[in-house]
Amino acid sequence: MKKISGSTLSRRQFLASTVVSISFASTPDALARSFSGQLPWSPFAADPPTPARPGPWLFFTHDEAQTIEAIVDRLIPGDDLSVGGKAAGCAVFIDRQLAGFFGSSERLYMKGPFVQGLPQQGLQSPILPSERYRAGIATLDDYCSKTFSGRTFPALAPKEQDEVLQGLEKGSIDLGDADAKTFFELVLQNTMEGFFADPIYGGNKDMASWKMIGFPGARYDYRDFVNKHNQRYPLPPVSIMGRDDWGGKG
Amino acid sequence: MARKLPRRDVVIVGLGWTGSILANELTDEGLDVVAIERGPWRNTATDFNAGYMQDELRYAIRKDLFLRPAQNTLTFRNNIDQEALPVRDFGSFLPGNGVGGAGVHWNGQTWRFLPSDFRCRSHLVERYGAKIIPDELAIQDWGVTYEEMEPYYDKFEYLAGTSGKAGNINGKLQEGGNPFEGSRARDYPLPPLEMPYGPMLFAQGAREAGYHPFPQPASNASRNYTNPLGIEMGACSYCGFCERFGCANYSKASPQTTILPVLMRKPNFECRTNSEVVRINLDRLGTRATGVTYVDAQGQEWEQPGDLVLICAFILFNVHLMLVSGIGKPYDPKTATGAVGRNYAYQTFAKVEMFFDNKNFNPFISTGAMGQCIDDFNGDNFDHSSLGFVGGAGIMCAGTNARPILMRPTPPGTPRWGSTWKKATADNYLSSLYLNAQGSSYATRGNYLDLDPTYKDRLGRPLLRMTFDFPDNDIRMINYMADKAAGIGKHMNARQIVPHYQKKPYDVVPYQSTHNTGGAIMGSDPATSAVNKYLQSWDVPNVFVVGASAFPQNAGYNPNDTVCALAFKAADAIRTRYLKNEGPLVPA
Ligand SMILES: Cc1cc2nc3c(=O)[nH]c(=O)nc-3n(C[C@H](O)[C@H](O)[C@H](O)COP(=O)(O)OP(=O)(O)OC[C@H]3O[C@@H](n4cnc5c(N)ncnc54)[C@H](O)[C@@H]3O)c2cc1C
Ligand code: SF4
Repeated sequence: MKKISGSTLSRRQFLASTVVSISFASTPDALARSFSGQLPWSPFAADPPTPARPGPWLFFTHDEAQTIEAIVDRLIPGDDLSVGGKAAGCAVFIDRQLAGFFGSSERLYMKGPFVQGLPQQGLQSPILPSERYRAGIATLDDYCSKTFSGRTFPALAPKEQDEVLQGLEKGSIDLGDADAKTFFELVLQNTMEGFFADPIYGGNKDMASWKMIGFPGARYDYRDFVNKHNQRYPLPPVSIMGRDDWGGKG
Repeated sequence: MARKLPRRDVVIVGLGWTGSILANELTDEGLDVVAIERGPWRNTATDFNAGYMQDELRYAIRKDLFLRPAQNTLTFRNNIDQEALPVRDFGSFLPGNGVGGAGVHWNGQTWRFLPSDFRCRSHLVERYGAKIIPDELAIQDWGVTYEEMEPYYDKFEYLAGTSGKAGNINGKLQEGGNPFEGSRARDYPLPPLEMPYGPMLFAQGAREAGYHPFPQPASNASRNYTNPLGIEMGACSYCGFCERFGCANYSKASPQTTILPVLMRKPNFECRTNSEVVRINLDRLGTRATGVTYVDAQGQEWEQPGDLVLICAFILFNVHLMLVSGIGKPYDPKTATGAVGRNYAYQTFAKVEMFFDNKNFNPFISTGAMGQCIDDFNGDNFDHSSLGFVGGAGIMCAGTNARPILMRPTPPGTPRWGSTWKKATADNYLSSLYLNAQGSSYATRGNYLDLDPTYKDRLGRPLLRMTFDFPDNDIRMINYMADKAAGIGKHMNARQIVPHYQKKPYDVVPYQSTHNTGGAIMGSDPATSAVNKYLQSWDVPNVFVVGASAFPQNAGYNPNDTVCALAFKAADAIRTRYLKNEGPLVPA
């Protein structure tokens, strides 16, 4: 070994081939690349998040949205600690997530065969989150109107709603193929994500949850406070988008 | 059809921690090196941007920087009587992907193993007699000693700007450091990080209980630092977005912050990204690698010939590549023969939650690796003769963050939603702490890796299959540690102490650690190990397999200081010995 072999040639050949095949891939990030001789650098290149935009529902129908809004408002009820899940935007958050890669399990291993496994093997299901919501909401509304003489979930009294949710959580309400427990766990997980995530994703409006618990959000530098033991951190939270009083949207 | 590329001196599979270290060492030797990486190029300014890195949903929950199971995953079962099913979403461990590997989003907890860990079986037999070792365990010696490892540990810690306090320099104990550690040649390159309130209370409590607390060694720079390659790191800002995130401050050691700025400028190095190696190619006899075949993101297959192939793909993919390429004999659990896949192990955890009145810990002020620890119960630092288990654990107060989607503790019995949940969340967020016991994971005959008979990856190769459950020995060990940790908690005057014991079966869903080990273990006997003490394959001597795959079993520490020390050790052996005589460095 120990001889520098024809590397320039190989690199050129490799690059030529990548140029030829650019049309196969959708984003430049996903292309195979060759780097050599310098630290790659492209000015202003960055990959910022895509904020949820206000506007109509992207995934839910009007009726589905009403049911989800009613659910998130019971999972996170409004009280003197914070606004409720609906006002915090949790349903909007879930809608945007389901319309994106999360809703279609794009990043997961989704090849068959699908076999019922043991709990410790993780969820084994071909059903996508978007499908699980669609079927779960429909069956839940069906169950409610049968049980509460024609009233769907949003029309129930808060106490009745809580009882239904507890029934789903414990598995005492059977939604058949819609798998009540798995559906409930998914809705609970996504509601909490929406409530505690950065507001850019449509939930946690005005950083309601961060104010409630005392999390300063995206500040990123606590060097001047790490040694101040047992003292309340003095600054209010900040989002990736900034704060209202910075002129950005918080 | 694969298109054939011109030969290179060295082909490296994967440009994470070990790949970067080896590439830098071997290009220094004048070799022409190409690294082939299945994920994208990543750098601090564009990919770990201070303007939006603090995004828990994107990076910690949706796992933006990690390997996506759609690209590659494995199947899992607890034992051979179960049917293995695919890990459809990563949970218990989170493999890296892209330049920097898991070095991008690790914590930086930087531990040396104990001298006795490297002589695990011999040490126990010498001290207690052979019957101390439970029948279920298949623990082995490493074939290397701590003394041989010391210079390479030192190399990694100085490369990484590790912040800590030595406990033992040249055999002399140092006040404030870990009195149980092996002797080191010099102190850490940087002093320890500042201590927040929680770890400080823990240190007080541990001292009261008669133990020996010390600051956790952290590759989160406590000061600005220039490493031996001349690369500058900035001081850590205690941002609390460390594990699962890239560091926007150039403070967490990663290939990006400690190696790539030098490596990438060398004319005899090339990195190819979004290119996944599908197999190592062997000659007709199967005793020499001729190079690798990889598929790029455009679907084109390439053959890259090379004289030396270094598999640096992270333990799971190291073993997978060996199995699909036919390097070494696959392990068979029924006869306990064969070396590839043997002795897969993990890390054993228990946790103790503590709820306080009238305290404010500001738990969001944190780094991936700050905190206080005791090693009084790690390895064989304490007498095991009447305990009924072997192995041990570090016990620590080292909370890494308080990002609220995942980290909002409530006392047991609290509902998971509704008004009561909300009040408990608001009441306890700032005033609770937890202690961890991070324990050894000892190999058994039945825990191993092989190829799955049913499930395939996107390229049509069989998935790796993991068969693993916690050995009963390790369960007894870690639950003993949970009680010890809770005992320290009592000295900290918590209102409520809640131990979370470990139990079987091992569950692949909740995150535990990405400290997977074994499967291509090192040793001095080719019948029971896949690589020699230089990480050279016994069967195909121009292949080196680098990573935690080489651990015969795991100790009660995070793996990476040892992983990277082994990479430096392999590089040294290649530079000083292999290049002079390209054959086996140890006779088989
Ligand atoms: C969340 C997290 C926290 C951690 N915290 C700690 C800690 O605090 N302390 C500690 O000691 N350790 C920690 N670790 C472990 C540490 O990150 C690893 O020990 C280290 O990264 C291993 O180095 P490696 O080179 O073996 O693998 P990696 O750094 O992961 O690099 C492997 C590379 O190979 C590439 N690759 C894999 N297969 C192929 C293929 N077929 N073709 C081409 N490329 C391929 C991968 O994409 C990857 O880039 C942590 C890990 C994780 C994920
Ligand atoms: S805690 Fe420190 S080292 Fe970790 S990401 Fe933040 S600034 Fe970087």
